[in-house]
Amino acid sequence: MVSSTIIISRRTSAGFLFPGLVVIGIFMVFPAVWVLYLGLTDESLTGIKSVMPSFVGLGNFIRIFQDRFFYNALRISFIFVAGSGWVGQVALGLFLAVILHNEKSWLKPAINAVTVAAWIIPEVVVAYLWVAFLDHDFGLLNRVLGLFNLEPVNWLYHHALFSIILFNTWRGTAFSMVLFTAAIETIPPSFLETAQVLGASGWRRFKDIILPMIRPVLLTDIILITLWTFNVFTPFLLTQGGPSFKTEILPIYVYRTSFQYFKLGYGAAISTILLLINLGFAIIYLRAQRRSKA
Amino acid sequence: MRGKGRPFILLALALIGIFFLLPMLWLVLTPFSAEPTLAVKVAQPSLNNFHEVAKNRTALIAFKNSIILSAGSMFLVVLFGSLAAYALSRTRFAGRDTILSMLLLFSSVVTGVAAMVPIYTLNSRLHLIDTHIGVILIFTAGFLPTAIFILKDFMDGIPRSYEEAALVDGSSSINLFRHVAFPLARQGLAVIAVLTFVNTWSNFLVPFVLIRSNEKLPIAVAIYQFFTEVGIPRIGVIAAYSLLYTLPVLVIYFWISRRYGFGFFGGIKG
Repeated sequence: MVSSTIIISRRTSAGFLFPGLVVIGIFMVFPAVWVLYLGLTDESLTGIKSVMPSFVGLGNFIRIFQDRFFYNALRISFIFVAGSGWVGQVALGLFLAVILHNEKSWLKPAINAVTVAAWIIPEVVVAYLWVAFLDHDFGLLNRVLGLFNLEPVNWLYHHALFSIILFNTWRGTAFSMVLFTAAIETIPPSFLETAQVLGASGWRRFKDIILPMIRPVLLTDIILITLWTFNVFTPFLLTQGGPSFKTEILPIYVYRTSFQYFKLGYGAAISTILLLINLGFAIIYLRAQRRSKA
Repeated sequence: MRGKGRPFILLALALIGIFFLLPMLWLVLTPFSAEPTLAVKVAQPSLNNFHEVAKNRTALIAFKNSIILSAGSMFLVVLFGSLAAYALSRTRFAGRDTILSMLLLFSSVVTGVAAMVPIYTLNSRLHLIDTHIGVILIFTAGFLPTAIFILKDFMDGIPRSYEEAALVDGSSSINLFRHVAFPLARQGLAVIAVLTFVNTWSNFLVPFVLIRSNEKLPIAVAIYQFFTEVGIPRIGVIAAYSLLYTLPVLVIYFWISRRYGFGFFGGIKG
């Protein structure tokens, strides 16, 4: 199939690649490498240290590991990823995909439409929708609870972390659902039909047929969702990390340190840690992909 | 799933569907309400909120800025992306696939606020803070790896015989690209263009960090400022403006997923 004609010369080919690679090199690869150096300085957003930062060695990193706000953010991030990523998006997405896979009624397109809409509406808008939805006095959620004679709850104050977990589950379930739906569709229908004829329960069909067949996709999904949830900034728009740091996930902590307290060098050191964690997720992802292909 | 569990499943699905639907009702109803509040209610219908948006100077300027940022990123991603993808598709050299997968790896790792710290510092050294071009270059660098990856796949599928024929006629490489490959790849290019536009349009974080002055802000940040700084009295404007801002995104995504399937943009969003 490979044609032997040389369509463009090597030199032309390099010329075609050049502009794209330059932009990627300067504005993506370079910052990612430079952050390693910035984390070793006391760079600041304003003042003399923004022009002439000095080298402070590993000082920032030593401080990070003594910073209780870092540990707080790490803990909140873990709860947030576990709650909204794994229990929320992955599990709910899997549940919906399994339940809906041979659903014939209008429920299937309806659920598809609402979940996908939640996934693609711009983040500022979804944040505002949730501020309205959770509002103590007027919010629809408290109105609905009122129908069942339940007292109104100040969601973003008393249950802030739970609120952003619920929000992020709502926001991102579509991706997992669609991915699992596609994976389940590749299972030969005869497998499931035979199992049904033999009298296997819904749970057995799920555990013994669906789950083993979609395992590689499940792994891919968990890693991607973890990576995305770990980096998501949208909760900032709902809570700004408050009240009293109860929803301060790591990205909000980096934002506050770097852009509100102007400590860019310190922020760069935290960013280095986050980017290394991201790299870890990406490597696990690549390994899993390679293994599933082999 | 026809069994004794059916009623429970229907109930669960209905509840989940309602959970997803409820927060969106506000966006559908409030823009048309004569007395907009944070509550969801069917009030007297009115287009007054849209008139307010049309009279609001900040809203109009932000609209223009969003178009500049989105169209600028779209233009650069399509231009640089198609050139690079064409080169990668039509020549073979050692390490070609490694370069591509390394770039993809980078673009998935260098993301979020953690990436914004060095990007902010870089742009401020280059005097690109508070400029549209600075934001456009960041978006371009972020989307290009995925765009090149998808476009290369697309161009690999285009038969080389057209170009070989043109080559015999004595076309130069750049003409080959412009008059043969580029038109043949236009479907793939259209999808990349639209996705870049929508992603830039929806993005909040990058302009939030890199743009300082009010008259340069895109809609995403303008809406945020409306609700943090002006607040309650402006609810009607915020609602109508949010709806106008969201509609193109919804239309484009549902159009693409109908044509190309949902999975296509799964990887490129965000």
